[in-house]
Amino acid sequence: MAEHAQVHAEVHGHDHDHHHDHDHDHDHHEQSFISKYVFSEDHKTIAKQFLIMGLIWAFIGGAMSVIFRLQLGFPDMNLEFLRPILGTWINETGKLGQEQYLALVTMHGTIMVFFVLTAGLSGTFSNFLIPLQVGAPDMASGFLNMLSFWFFFLASVIMFASLFIETGPASGGWVVYPPLSALPQAMSGSGLGMTMWLMSMSIFIASSLLGSINYITTVINMRTKGMSFTRLPLTIWAFFLTAIIGVLSFPVLFAAALLLIFDRSMGTSFYLDQIYIGGEALHNQGGSAILYQHLFWFLGHPEVYIVLLPALGITSEIIATNSRKPIFGYHAMIGSMIGIGFLSFIVWAHHMFMTGMNPFLGTVFMFLTLIIAVPSAVKAFNYIATLWQGNIIFTPAMLFSIGLVSVFISGGVTGIVLGNNALDIQLHDTYFVVAHFHIVMGSASFFGFVAGVYHWFPKMFGRMMDAKLGYIHFWITFIGIYCVFFPMHYTGIAGFPRRYYSHTGFDAFNKFADLNMFISGAAIVTFFAQGLFAFNFVYSIFRGRIAPENPWNATTLEWTTPRVPGHGNWPHGQIPHVHRWAYDYSKPNADKDGFGDFIPQHIPLSQTPNSNTEHDMAHSHKAQHA
Amino acid sequence: MAHVSTADHKQGIDWNGGNQPFKASWGKLMMWFFLVSDAFTFSGLLITYGFIRYSHNAYLGTAEAFKFSLDYWPLPDKVFEAVPFAPHGFHAPLVFVGIMTFILIMSSVTMVLAVEAGHRKDRKDVEKWMLWTILGGATFLGSQAWEWAHFIHGTDKGTIDAVTGTVINGANLIRNEYGPTPFANLFFFITGFHGFHVFSGVVINILIFYNVSIGMYDRPNRKLDEGAEQYEMVEKVGLYWHFVDLVWVFVFTAFYLI
Repeated sequence: MAEHAQVHAEVHGHDHDHHHDHDHDHDHHEQSFISKYVFSEDHKTIAKQFLIMGLIWAFIGGAMSVIFRLQLGFPDMNLEFLRPILGTWINETGKLGQEQYLALVTMHGTIMVFFVLTAGLSGTFSNFLIPLQVGAPDMASGFLNMLSFWFFFLASVIMFASLFIETGPASGGWVVYPPLSALPQAMSGSGLGMTMWLMSMSIFIASSLLGSINYITTVINMRTKGMSFTRLPLTIWAFFLTAIIGVLSFPVLFAAALLLIFDRSMGTSFYLDQIYIGGEALHNQGGSAILYQHLFWFLGHPEVYIVLLPALGITSEIIATNSRKPIFGYHAMIGSMIGIGFLSFIVWAHHMFMTGMNPFLGTVFMFLTLIIAVPSAVKAFNYIATLWQGNIIFTPAMLFSIGLVSVFISGGVTGIVLGNNALDIQLHDTYFVVAHFHIVMGSASFFGFVAGVYHWFPKMFGRMMDAKLGYIHFWITFIGIYCVFFPMHYTGIAGFPRRYYSHTGFDAFNKFADLNMFISGAAIVTFFAQGLFAFNFVYSIFRGRIAPENPWNATTLEWTTPRVPGHGNWPHGQIPHVHRWAYDYSKPNADKDGFGDFIPQHIPLSQTPNSNTEHDMAHSHKAQHA
Repeated sequence: MAHVSTADHKQGIDWNGGNQPFKASWGKLMMWFFLVSDAFTFSGLLITYGFIRYSHNAYLGTAEAFKFSLDYWPLPDKVFEAVPFAPHGFHAPLVFVGIMTFILIMSSVTMVLAVEAGHRKDRKDVEKWMLWTILGGATFLGSQAWEWAHFIHGTDKGTIDAVTGTVINGANLIRNEYGPTPFANLFFFITGFHGFHVFSGVVINILIFYNVSIGMYDRPNRKLDEGAEQYEMVEKVGLYWHFVDLVWVFVFTAFYLI
């Protein structure tokens, strides 16, 4: 009861930032609605803006996949009922048009990879957690941080608008390879929609860059006293490395996009050579389409880890907290993330084995690619070792984190198959690839995203999400994504190519009609199960149970802030100092020091004489003398 | 094992938090990271240059016998040999671009002097050296405009396109008398992209020069970020300016020397 009273006091004491409660406090200077919620420079508000934009995009991208799955699973189905939404995208025969199918596939990929799992994931959690977990009042530059969101917003508006133009959005696949994407006359999807795609992505890159340099700088310069790099929570390590990868890889995509814009609009020949189209010879000479692939995948492969690393960081944090155990192999986790980050830059050509590259070069890239299995396996085993004999608490966030470990392993195993340049001859551009990256990159990152929302929702909105709905959401999603993506391996091994409008026209693939129907059914169920999450999310913002300050009994600094941290994060600028690493869970003898199964990072070693280890004392000695 | 490094730990960077490990404010760090990322953009473009150039034939004859042809990559000595105000037909390979490069590098030197004056909080000196830097940048841009104009205009004779039989004079993004089409494409794109950076640099320098001259950086009650100096903006634009210079060295090497 005492705890409840304290929580209740918090509601009235610290709730300046929470506009949904009706008891307003007037002791702080009032900001206008515009500067508080729209053009806010506060990292927490910006994080929520990224989160909500990311979730909106996730539902749009997911709905697109349901529509093209209807075409693939039920090719004879009359889609007339979608006409109110899709309009002329449904043709006279009541089917999804072929070009519109390609447009949907392209947009689904672009939206999910960039807008949901890059901006939505990194934008939300890097912004929210970096200042809170390193002990800083805000990001290094609130203004650039705000610009980062509004650049993302502008990119989103342009991409969204491209869905509604007459010629349709970009349709050449999310990789937009030239010459198809470079020639507006090649198909309607290479027209204005493609131009808007390039504009949107260029602005998106600027947004990503502004965000990333802020994240890196904040981690380097704004850690509170005592927060050395080896005391950082693994979330921060993951966001830090993600930002570094972004700063080094996105500019190369920017260069590639600029060159493509020139090829499309100014008549240059960077990617074009000797092309006849519609019986007419183009003037373009001397360029190379393969060049684009090199530039694109120099971003494209690190992008996989930009998407995945934050999810792994979130998982590390949630699994340690909810196993009530220190993360297993903290330094190995950091080392493996650095290893993955480094390797991600030297494996890009494994996306290009079939471009006619020298087989010897392909073998080199195969070798480098397979090495990534080592740090990845280190991470997977460390998660399992952390769970092993842990005092596991199955919160929804924990379930999604364990789910991430599961899909990370099952998707990673097929990565070893695909990384082989001989096997890739058969598997390239088949559904095997689709299955692989949707499991290891799509689902894993999505699970990390959702786990992060469940876990940090109390700190974001001061209320708890409903756990029961969370469990139902998890089990449908977890079983659902395996039902969707697992069968795709079989169609892929049989050679069915990705991006095909229909498989019923081929004798070889007719036998997969039932399987495709099953996949589509599972996809529809999984998609609609996300409605539970959406409902839970929106309902809990307004009506959720009031959260305690530290609902998960976690050690990191964000849980030492008020229930809803205000501007500056800690009241009166009292930023705690840090005296220990982030994983003092279930420390032997902690009960003799008056602590339960966790000791927060800001508790000095002098308060815990019984539970201090020899290593603690050695480390603090070193820090004092530094 | 953990105790071994205790002694020399004092000398190195202090990573324990609550400080600035590189003794640089966040603004300066951000400029550095931005420049790293911009360096990757330029690297992407210069690698594009290398990739496309490698896929074309090289000229294998002697320099004396060289003629422009669409079949092989041109010799830079023969493309860039004009100098303003020189008599028509005067050959001075790479002289003009050498002068341009010298001016740009000198403007980097004056920028160093401006930054140094900023450390001394000597407003008059900062103004003087910033102005020289702006002048140097503007001169470089003007020279580049002349260089482009001459490149676009082309030679008197032109080159015969073997396919269509027509004579090509000068170069644009579609036709190019000096060699394969991508040669001109790359020249315009990469030197243009660099020129755009110089242009932005000049504009930013003018803004900072204005701030300096109205005494903004001398105001005693000016709110500074932690660890920042009064004249730090001069230092930050200085970093950018040096970067633009450094990139030119690589662009110059790619297009004019090799």
